[in-house]
Amino acid sequence: MQGHGTAAGEESAAQQTRYFVPPPSRWPLVGAVALFCIGLGAAFALNGMLLGPLSLGAGVAILVWMLVGWFRDVIRESRAGSYRAREDMSFRWGMGWFIFSEVMFFAAFFGALYYVRVIALPELGDETHKLLWPDFNPAWPLQTAPGIDAVYQAMGAWGLPAINTAILLSSGGTLTWAHWGMIEGKRSQLAWGLGITVLLGMLFLSLQAYEYHHALSELGLSFASGAYGMTFYMMTGFHGMHVLVGTLILAVIWVRVLRGHFSEHNHFAFEAAAWYWHFVDVVWLLLFVFVYWL
Amino acid sequence: MNIADGTQVASHIQHDKPRGLARWLFATNHKDIGTLYLWFSFAMFISGGVMALGIRAELFSPGLQFWQPELFNQLTTLHGLVMVFGAIMPAFTGLANWMLPLMIGAPDMAFARMNNWSFWLLPPAALLLMISFWVPGGAAAAGWTLYAPLSTQGGMGTDLTIFAIHILGVSSIMGAINIVVTVLNLRAPGMTLMKMPMFAWASLITAYLIIAVMPVLAGVVTMVLTDRHFGTHFFNAAGGGDPVMYQHIFWFFGHPEVYIMALPAFGIVSQVIPTFARKPLFGYTSMVYATSSIAILSFMVWAHHMFTTGMPATAQLFFMYATMLIAVPTGVKVFNWVATMWEGAMTFETPMLFAIGFVMLFTIGGLSGVILSVAAVDIQLQDTYYVVAHFHYVLVAGALFSLFSAVYYWFPKMTGKMYSEKLGQLHFWWSLVWFNITFFPMHFLGLAGMPRRIPDYALQFTDFNAIASVGAFMFGFGQLIFFYNMVRSIRHGQPAPQKPWEGANTLEWAIATPAPYHSFVVAPQLEVGDNGVILEMKGGEHH
Ligand SMILES: [Cu+2]
Repeated sequence: MQGHGTAAGEESAAQQTRYFVPPPSRWPLVGAVALFCIGLGAAFALNGMLLGPLSLGAGVAILVWMLVGWFRDVIRESRAGSYRAREDMSFRWGMGWFIFSEVMFFAAFFGALYYVRVIALPELGDETHKLLWPDFNPAWPLQTAPGIDAVYQAMGAWGLPAINTAILLSSGGTLTWAHWGMIEGKRSQLAWGLGITVLLGMLFLSLQAYEYHHALSELGLSFASGAYGMTFYMMTGFHGMHVLVGTLILAVIWVRVLRGHFSEHNHFAFEAAAWYWHFVDVVWLLLFVFVYWL
Repeated sequence: MNIADGTQVASHIQHDKPRGLARWLFATNHKDIGTLYLWFSFAMFISGGVMALGIRAELFSPGLQFWQPELFNQLTTLHGLVMVFGAIMPAFTGLANWMLPLMIGAPDMAFARMNNWSFWLLPPAALLLMISFWVPGGAAAAGWTLYAPLSTQGGMGTDLTIFAIHILGVSSIMGAINIVVTVLNLRAPGMTLMKMPMFAWASLITAYLIIAVMPVLAGVVTMVLTDRHFGTHFFNAAGGGDPVMYQHIFWFFGHPEVYIMALPAFGIVSQVIPTFARKPLFGYTSMVYATSSIAILSFMVWAHHMFTTGMPATAQLFFMYATMLIAVPTGVKVFNWVATMWEGAMTFETPMLFAIGFVMLFTIGGLSGVILSVAAVDIQLQDTYYVVAHFHYVLVAGALFSLFSAVYYWFPKMTGKMYSEKLGQLHFWWSLVWFNITFFPMHFLGLAGMPRRIPDYALQFTDFNAIASVGAFMFGFGQLIFFYNMVRSIRHGQPAPQKPWEGANTLEWAIATPAPYHSFVVAPQLEVGDNGVILEMKGGEHH
């Protein structure tokens, strides 16, 4: 975040006697209305009711309005120098704990993948269950089960997924290069590094979209393709959403960089985005190993 | 340097007290948001309570009296969800909002604006749950645990419930991040971690548990959602999934959730008992370590909810012994509370009565929990009224009694008025007696084999059910005493002194009553003893 002018920039958290408390804001309430419309709309839409898509669309629009307005306020406060060392520390803790919550969200799905492959499938293939389903073959990827009605092929690891791994890993590198530029005051290195990172993110997403298209149309692999299809789409899908969000965040930071925001010592918004991006990167590596490869 | 010499944005902060509805809708003040939380939670307590009375009315005698079985199942499901996510968790978050900054010398919560979002997400989620009663197929009826495959079937009420849980998750995760960061980053100089009040410790560790497990709950209900609508087979063996997997993931969330509802209660009681025993908390450091070890152990015991799912005997033994192990830190706590009272100069104002009631009855609930942890016994008692009795001792006489204790204890500081002690005492004794009349017989019902979550039962269970139903209605009406006492005292109560309790010596009692709208705008310099006892305070600024 932008500093409080350079003169006072050296004040430490321990010396700071006051803490910034924002004035009353309408955005939280707007956000609550948005999530209500989204929740109601999603439930109604899933059950084929006309109100559903309308409420869902309105909710998403309100949410976007809220996010834009809220972050505009935050950026203004940051530019005005309201955030100093103690506030900066809060943001760091807050972002760290938020990422921890994201780790646990993905942990639920990795846990499900583990359970299905290591516990559920071998059990379904054991002697007792052979009496129920003689044709069941507990191999991975699971092909023959009563619930799987269409033949499919699994996604290989060393084609597109390997390319995507390389893309995401190099995006981590370009982002770090941009960070060095920030710290050393090399603004053009910063802007280029960040811009390339955003492009790599978009490239990743396009390839992921192409991969889904390929899987659906040529491999016959869908969400309903049993234990393999459901974990494949659920995990890569949620990861893809995180890449999308991360790309959007980095794009906003990039625009702010171009407008001359941030300084060598004061740029936590950039760092928070970078933390998030590296987290998404690590999740992908785990996905590559456990979903695509093994 | 201070904020006033900053800029336009910074200069109007901390000065105006907003008026009218906007004060509540757009609040960034931790006290206002805490008040919102507490009233919301009380409204949910009444709603969930009405559902409970619906259940008890049906169970007053055998046969179907009032509801169809479908609606009965919806009532048990929503009663659980509303009480857990609507009443108890928000009440603790509300108390933490109100009291944490006052107890550790912080100007507000770390993220005051996000704090308001955490609160205002609750009414929409509650609304989604309530709406679900009126949609085709009615509300979710799979029990509050939403076990698959019950939850993967059924009407759209379950979808509304899933999205409500997502919103509640967002709310509680943000609230928890706020609490963690406030405790870690906004303590006044001198208020060190190993000196701060147990309530702050309990809130910190509870918040950590929330951040760790609410996302897991969000994940597992998302799998239910895709199983319902997008053709996945997470909980369907026909596609290679497993309904038992639902239970594993759910209880990985669910057991820590039990401590999310218990640890703040431990924190409250650890403040109230020293005050009215006029003695420092016995074994403060061991209390901190006991709380921390519960935070770790609570992740290793989840399958004690699943002894009847046919897991291997080694797994049963592991989860059985790990569960028993939790009784050790819990025992440390109970011992410390009793040792704090030992030879204390005790008085028995309402907060203390509820705290002592908590210690007695929570211990009963804890001990029946140890009994249930024995795998061989649990196979008999799984899904019987013994389990219902057990967790209501923990959650009603535990969490709820501690909440009453806290509200009476801090009421003067929050409102500047004294509550009616006479009505408070009546509320306690009334609740204590009728609580036990309601829930103690359920132990016998469970041991005799009465299953939970059914609207009808065999004739031999009639007497105890009738007793429990009478007790439940009397307990429920007794809460009107509390409501009346609060509303009347806020308006007409006697003005409260700065420190109404002789033995209270934590930071919130060192400032004016009622607490100034903006407290500790400048952090005070503190010298602090164990459990947040203030030995010396310099500076600090309020307005
Ligand atoms: Cu448990």
